[in-house]
Amino acid sequence: MKIAVCIKRVPDTEMRFAIAPDATSIDQTGLKFDLSDFDGYAVEVALRLNEQNPPGEVVAVALGPDAAQETLRKALSMGVDRGIHLAAAQVPFDGLAIAHALAAELKDGGFDLILFGRMATDTGNGTVGPMTAELLGLPCVSAVSGLELAAGTGTGTAQRELEGATESLSFPLPAVLTIDEGIARPRLPSLKGIMAAKKKPVESRPAALGPIRLTIDKLELPPERAAGRIIGEGAGAVPELIRLLRDEAKVL
Amino acid sequence: MAFDGVDFYQLDTLLSEEERAVRDTVRAWVDEHLMPVIADCYIEGRFPKELIPGLAELGVLGANLPEKYGCAGLNNVAYGLIMQELERGDSGIRSFASVQGALVMYPIFAYGSEEQRSHWLPRLASGTEIGCFGLTEPDYGSNPAGMITTAKETADGWVLNGTKMWITNGSQATVAIVWAKTGALDDSKSIRGFIVPTGTKGYTAKDQKGKLSLRSSDTSEIHLEDVHLPKDALLPKSGGIKSPLGCLTQARYGISWGSLGAAMACYDEAVRYARDRVMFGKPIAATQIQQVRLAEMLTEITKAQCLVLTLGRLKDKGTMTPQQVSLAKRNNVNMACECAREARRLLGANGILVEYHSMRHMANLESVYTYEGTHDMHSLILGQEITGIAAY
Repeated sequence: MKIAVCIKRVPDTEMRFAIAPDATSIDQTGLKFDLSDFDGYAVEVALRLNEQNPPGEVVAVALGPDAAQETLRKALSMGVDRGIHLAAAQVPFDGLAIAHALAAELKDGGFDLILFGRMATDTGNGTVGPMTAELLGLPCVSAVSGLELAAGTGTGTAQRELEGATESLSFPLPAVLTIDEGIARPRLPSLKGIMAAKKKPVESRPAALGPIRLTIDKLELPPERAAGRIIGEGAGAVPELIRLLRDEAKVL
Repeated sequence: MAFDGVDFYQLDTLLSEEERAVRDTVRAWVDEHLMPVIADCYIEGRFPKELIPGLAELGVLGANLPEKYGCAGLNNVAYGLIMQELERGDSGIRSFASVQGALVMYPIFAYGSEEQRSHWLPRLASGTEIGCFGLTEPDYGSNPAGMITTAKETADGWVLNGTKMWITNGSQATVAIVWAKTGALDDSKSIRGFIVPTGTKGYTAKDQKGKLSLRSSDTSEIHLEDVHLPKDALLPKSGGIKSPLGCLTQARYGISWGSLGAAMACYDEAVRYARDRVMFGKPIAATQIQQVRLAEMLTEITKAQCLVLTLGRLKDKGTMTPQQVSLAKRNNVNMACECAREARRLLGANGILVEYHSMRHMANLESVYTYEGTHDMHSLILGQEITGIAAY
C-alpha cells in the first residue's frame, strides 16, 4: 500500500514556554523541537500496515521551514521510505492554507491512505486532516483509535473512542484518517535507522499555501493564581473552611 | 519531568543531527526500559538480562563498528553519547555494553581473522551471544603483564589454564575473550587473545558475591582448567600486552563519557530536589551552601563535557592517544564520584534511599574509579607521559 503521513515539527511539550516580544508567537530560544506526538502514532500505524502487508511505501510530508527536514529525518529513521518537504518560512495558523498545500502535493500521488495525527500538539486545532480530505474529495475519519483494513477489498474499518463508548465506521480507500494516541506506541528510531535515514531521499519544494485568512492577534498567559490561605490546622479548622467555601468561594 | 540533559555551554550545537538523534533515542530507551526496573535490580543484585534484546535491537552493541558486521557504524562521538546515556541510567548497564562492544567485539574486529569477524560480530551485535573479557587475575590487576594464565600449543590447538577475576558479564557470557601467555611467565610479549566459548569443558564461572557497588552488573570469577581449544580460537593479530591494552583504551574512552552521564543524572536530581525541598520555610535551593554545591557540579560537568567531546573528535580523526584517554577517564570518573557524593548530601536523609539515584551512582562510581585502570594508575600513565619516566 502507498501511504502518506503528514507530520509537523513542534516544540517539545515538556519545555517551559515564554511568549515572544511580538506577543503573537512563542519565544523559540532554547526550545527543543520534535515530531508532534499524535503524528508519531500516525507514522507507527503506517509502518505497521506495510510491515504486516508488504510491499508498500510510506511517504512522510512536512510543511515548514528548513528545520522541518530534521523532523522528516526522524520519521525516516523510524522506517519511513522517503520524505517530502513543502518549504514555507513558517507554518501558518490557518489550517485551510496548509490543507491547500498538502492537497496540491498529495492529489496525484496515488496514495491508498493519507494519515495525520489527530491534532498538532502546538496549535491543537485538529483541522488540517479533515480539510485536506475535503479538498481531495476523500472520506475522512478523525481521531482513529483502532484500524483494520480488509485485504483486497479496498475497504477498512476504524474505531473512535467516545465518552463511554466505541464507534466503528467503514470507509472505502483511498481515505484520510487522523490518528489518536494509544493506537500503537511509536517505535524509537534504531541507531541503524538513524544512519539509514541519511541516505533516504527527501525532496524539497515550495509549499503552495492557500490564502491565509486567520492570524493570531495576541498570546496571553493566564493570570497568576493568588497565593493560598491557611485558615487553621486539624479538625478545628473544618467549620471555618466550610463557611468560606460556602459564603466566600460559593462552591458549596 | 523526564531527564533533559545538562548543556550549559550549548555543546548541542557542536553535535551533528545524527549524533543528537542517537543520544535522544538512547535517552528515551533508558527512560522507558531501564529506569522503571533499575532500583529493584540494584536491591536484588540482579543484572536486567531481559533488556539485552531491546538494547541489541536499538543497535547499541558495538555501535561504532562497521555495518557489514551487523553494527550501526556510528562515529565515536555518537558512541560516546550512547555510553553517557546508558550510564545516566546505571553504571552496570553501561558496563555491560562497554564489555560487549569495546572488550569483546573490538578485539575480534581488531585482532581477529575475517572468518572470526564474520562469525562472531553479527551474533554479538544482535545479543544472541554475550561476551566477557578475561584479563585481570587475582594477583594481577594494575599489572596485567604479570599474568600467570597460560596457553600451551598442542598438535591440534591450545590448552588454557588459569584464573580470571572481576569479570563483567562472566556468568552470563556465552563467549569469553581470554588473554594468556603462550611462552614463559616472564615473557609478556607472548600474551595472546583467545576466543573461548564458555560451554567448553574446563571453563567455569562463579558470581562474585557481596558487592556494595555495581549491584546490577554480573561480576564473576572464571576458572580455566585444561580448556582445550581448536587452533582457530587464537586471535591471529593479537600479540603482547599492547593488544589487551588496546581494548582497554576503547573501553576507557566509553567510560569517560559514561561517568559524565552518571554525573549529569546526579546533578539533575540535585537541582530538582533543591527546588522542591522546603526547609526553614524556603526551598533549600535558596540557600548559599546548596547553590555553591550546584555551581561546583555544573562547572565540573561542563568541563568534562568539553573534554570528552574534544577527545571524541580526536578519536574520529584517528589522532587520539591512550594518554589522552587516561586524562579523560581519570578526570571524569573522579568528577562524577564527587558530583554523586555532593548530590547525595544535598538530598539529605532521602539521599540514602534507592528511590533516588545519587547514592546508587555514588556507590557504582567507586567501582568505575577503580576498574579499567585505577585513578592512581592513570595518574602514573600521565606522569610517565610528562616526564618520560615510568614510576610504576
